[in-house]
Amino acid sequence: MTIQATFSRRLGDFQLAVATDIPAQGVTALFGPSGSGKTTLLRALAGLDRIAGGQLRYGSQVWQDADTFLPTHRRPVSYVFQEPSLFPHMDVRGNLRYGMKRRIRSDGPGFDDVVHWLGLENLLDQAGPSLSGGQQQRVAIGRALLSGPEWLLMDEPLASLDHAARARILPYLERLVRQLELPVLYVSHASSEVARLADWMILMDRGSTVAAGPLDAVLTRLDLGPARSEQAEAVIQAQVAGQDPAYALTRLTFPGGDLWVPHVDANPGASVRIQILARDVSLTLEQPRQTSVLNVIPCRVVDILEQDHQAILQLDAGGSPLLASITRRSREQLGVQTGTQAFAQIKSVAVLV
Amino acid sequence: MLNDADLTALWITLKLAGVTLIILLLLGTPLAWWLSRTRSRFKFMVEALVALPLVLPPTVLGFYLLILLGSQGPLSGLLEALGIGTLAFTFTGLVIGSLVYSLPFVVQPLQAAFVSMGQRPLEVAATLGASPMDRFFTVAVPLAAPGFLTASVLGFAHTLGEFGVVLMIGGNIPGKTQVLSIAIYDHVEAMDYANAHWLAGLLLVASLLMLMAVYRLGRRYATVGPR
Repeated sequence: MTIQATFSRRLGDFQLAVATDIPAQGVTALFGPSGSGKTTLLRALAGLDRIAGGQLRYGSQVWQDADTFLPTHRRPVSYVFQEPSLFPHMDVRGNLRYGMKRRIRSDGPGFDDVVHWLGLENLLDQAGPSLSGGQQQRVAIGRALLSGPEWLLMDEPLASLDHAARARILPYLERLVRQLELPVLYVSHASSEVARLADWMILMDRGSTVAAGPLDAVLTRLDLGPARSEQAEAVIQAQVAGQDPAYALTRLTFPGGDLWVPHVDANPGASVRIQILARDVSLTLEQPRQTSVLNVIPCRVVDILEQDHQAILQLDAGGSPLLASITRRSREQLGVQTGTQAFAQIKSVAVLV
Repeated sequence: MLNDADLTALWITLKLAGVTLIILLLLGTPLAWWLSRTRSRFKFMVEALVALPLVLPPTVLGFYLLILLGSQGPLSGLLEALGIGTLAFTFTGLVIGSLVYSLPFVVQPLQAAFVSMGQRPLEVAATLGASPMDRFFTVAVPLAAPGFLTASVLGFAHTLGEFGVVLMIGGNIPGKTQVLSIAIYDHVEAMDYANAHWLAGLLLVASLLMLMAVYRLGRRYATVGPR
């Protein structure tokens, strides 16, 4: 069931203005710069803070309106905080069992399954503080899952970890969210995490929900923050189409065409997610004949944004949105306009999953 | 050595400290919890009232309690009507005096322990489906265990050593309201220094041992005195 949230309230130095539906499937990223109100909204959804005048509905259930406020422990949500926050007076097993004993519904993942998914077998009898940050956060995620929620709310769960720990825990998280049919609301300001995990994106800026939609669409809209940033990127779902062992390359296919990437260890037909940075895409009006760039995709220019020396182009490649970043001078010399047919030369493709 | 009267005084003292501590934990825990969580603008007043016995001479406390609980006191009518009668110069009166006198020694360490754990563990418990009562007993109380230890030892030890309040409200009735500190006073008055030594030494050693236990086991929670 969808969560419908409406908040309109002045809080300190910013105005919270939220009106959004959160789809009940896959991972929804609540994305925006620090201080944009993401955590405020997440805490209100969980009932940890009560923001007066808000409306929260979950299907036919009212979580909050003018005269109702369902307390946190009665909402079918679990929450993973930025810091692992394990109970220091319990060992790992006790932490995992705490939520399990208090399930609202009888179903939900089993203890052994969660322990296995998160690789916690050897940690069960240890005390929380003796674990590394990454291990603690894995326990915290397992604890949240074992409480059998209908929604998992995560507040930058990787932000307190160092780079190495983050890299180790991400695959666990990816596997979990794909395996469990549990909708996840994931707060983050790290585009790398969002690109890997999210299907849907709600963009926040200075307390307001600015846009919401499928990840690839929101990332490539030129009127929004992500496409204007240094990290401007497109995220595309593709399938493995074949291997070229002689050159250690893998061929991927997506609606816009085929892409060659460094060897991916996956069977044909496997779904992979790829990330293409705007600055790795250049434009040419004719099919290049002699080029070292492997990936050249026919496309149409959909939208143009000029800022400083740059022109950021939104491209349509067989229905998949791409971004290209070129100089304004190049754009003028090539005579690129909205609607121009061209070829995107993609210098680098990152395979995420 | 201790004579029979001294042993009786010792027994009354231990009973008084024990009963007082149990009641203080029952009353002081919710009060400390409320103080640690409230945003009420009257919080400072309650805190000041709780801390008052720390700075007030015990005789002042005892004097007002005597007036309040005595046969001519404002509560005497009510107490008579309830069939309790006058409480001054009774063991119950002593307990009431000790409750007031030792209140800050129990409430303040508990409050500090509840504050120092922060909101997070309780929020986590709430998101895992624990009701407020459930969170209190399964998270707040275990995490405040060092605070409970400090509160118990200080509350008990402080009641052991009280003198002024007891003298004012309990008088000095051997076998009924005479406690150790007053028995010592009596021995000294009677120039019986030998017996005074025994009792004084007993209190000194017992108090020192208890305080050492507090500082050894839970020193970072031991915050006594108005903050």
